[in-house]
Amino acid sequence: MSAAAEILVPGKAGEGEALVLMAPISFWGGVDPKTGRIADVRHPQHGETISGRVLFLPGTIGSSSASAVLMELVHNGRAPAALVLHEPDAILLLGLIVAREMGWETPMAVRLGRDLFEAYRGRTVEVAGDGALTVAA
Amino acid sequence: MSLALSPEERAIAAGEDGAGMAMRIVAESARLLGAPRLIPIASAHIDGALYHGDSGTLFAERLVEGGARVAVRSTLNVGALDLMGCSRVRLEEPQRGMARRMMEAYRKLGCEQSWTCAPYQAGHRPAQGSDVAWGESNAVVFCNSVLGARTNRYGDFLDIACAIIGRAPDYGLHRPQNRRARLVFDVSTLSPSFLASEIAWPVLGSLYGRMVGNTIGVVAGIANHPGEDALKAFGAAAASSGAVGLFHIAGVTPEAPDVETILAGPEPETVVHVTPQMAAKARSSLSTAVAARTIDAVAIGSPHLSDAEFDTLERLIAGRRLAVPIYACTGRHVLASLERDGRRKRLEAYGVVIVADTCVVVTPIMPEISNGVLMTNSGKFAHYAPGNTGYAVLYASLADCVESAVLGKPRFTDIAA
Repeated sequence: MSAAAEILVPGKAGEGEALVLMAPISFWGGVDPKTGRIADVRHPQHGETISGRVLFLPGTIGSSSASAVLMELVHNGRAPAALVLHEPDAILLLGLIVAREMGWETPMAVRLGRDLFEAYRGRTVEVAGDGALTVAA
Repeated sequence: MSLALSPEERAIAAGEDGAGMAMRIVAESARLLGAPRLIPIASAHIDGALYHGDSGTLFAERLVEGGARVAVRSTLNVGALDLMGCSRVRLEEPQRGMARRMMEAYRKLGCEQSWTCAPYQAGHRPAQGSDVAWGESNAVVFCNSVLGARTNRYGDFLDIACAIIGRAPDYGLHRPQNRRARLVFDVSTLSPSFLASEIAWPVLGSLYGRMVGNTIGVVAGIANHPGEDALKAFGAAAASSGAVGLFHIAGVTPEAPDVETILAGPEPETVVHVTPQMAAKARSSLSTAVAARTIDAVAIGSPHLSDAEFDTLERLIAGRRLAVPIYACTGRHVLASLERDGRRKRLEAYGVVIVADTCVVVTPIMPEISNGVLMTNSGKFAHYAPGNTGYAVLYASLADCVESAVLGKPRFTDIAA
């Protein structure tokens, strides 16, 4: 299975186990910037780790410091392998834009309708340099 | 519509220096936001100097190394340290050193050492109708709503990048048509005594934020201007419980002489009739502590206390010694006046801990205790203290906070909504 996704922020092509979030998340206060663990106790996937995963985001909420948390994850080597967003979130993606400016290797962020997310749940997903999403064999 | 940069902006973006980096960051954000162009800004308020991790410090230092300077007046929001030395921050090395380096880098970029979340009470008041780039949710909402200047909610990195190039993406609340109200929040059935009380504003703000989300609303049913400190408390509470960047109050805030003038259409899309029950529920939901018999501390000053609020505090304490400390957070603009007239010395003798340049929910100041109970009159502290400090919260008026601090146990005066 494969889908062509629009590239929101270019970066390194990546592969990882899909983590399809069941609810929107606030990165600030919701994700530990040191470990990548979902720290928000009210989030249904509390305790899962976003590091190294292809992270499917149905939406984001909350603080304008989300960008700082995402950049800190990149800097600590704990970023997701790729980000797949239902719609662009300028505040969150700023974390990748600034990390790129710093010369750090960043994952790609692509856009895909959230109705297509379910097909990837639990699978290993490859995000190619042109934005194509493929389930790895 | 895609983003069009002017030849001058393109030339700056091509640079290897700090300004080039700032221009590329703003332009990339503008592209993601769908803004067609950049517009000039008159000032900035920078929330990015609060330490969240080393990467933010390295970013600010990269801008300094690249020779960047802010192009417009830029005040700084709180940092993670009390540089005035009023209170002791328990941040350990190496984080402490990185937080100090971060604050130093923003100073070198030309930002004013204001270190306050209430810059609008520290002399930074942009003109009505001017475009600015402000960060810190309560400052954004005050700037838009009470001053009538125009800003979106600028987050970390984008605030300083806009300040350096003196421009911001043209979208959202910079556009007059997006500032009009689609919702009416009618408080006219609440009792006049409740509406005249101090707690009405944080309580209604918290309810407002939860009900409207990011819709622009207008509050109807307020007879008299409640004063800037009340509007400050309303906006801070609303921006904590919802994504509120702008509110209007008919007959009070500058863009809403009356409800009809500020509505986007002939009729509002939604009308919320606030009942006394809704207000009572909003008030009780600000507290998380259950059946607390004692309190460990009181925290006030989110947003930072004004000079007038310190006067009220001193009048309420009335020379008594406190059983538990009152942490009173403020900016150095007020601290100077407290020192001049001897209020600081008197308040500290009663047991008040003055916290300057920062506040008790963004950095560790209050002792780490298990099952601690904190009383506050701030809707914003009530929202963030449980997650950020581990203390359970009791919400009360300032008068009740002071009486409780004198007694060491909670005391409430009933004010029926």
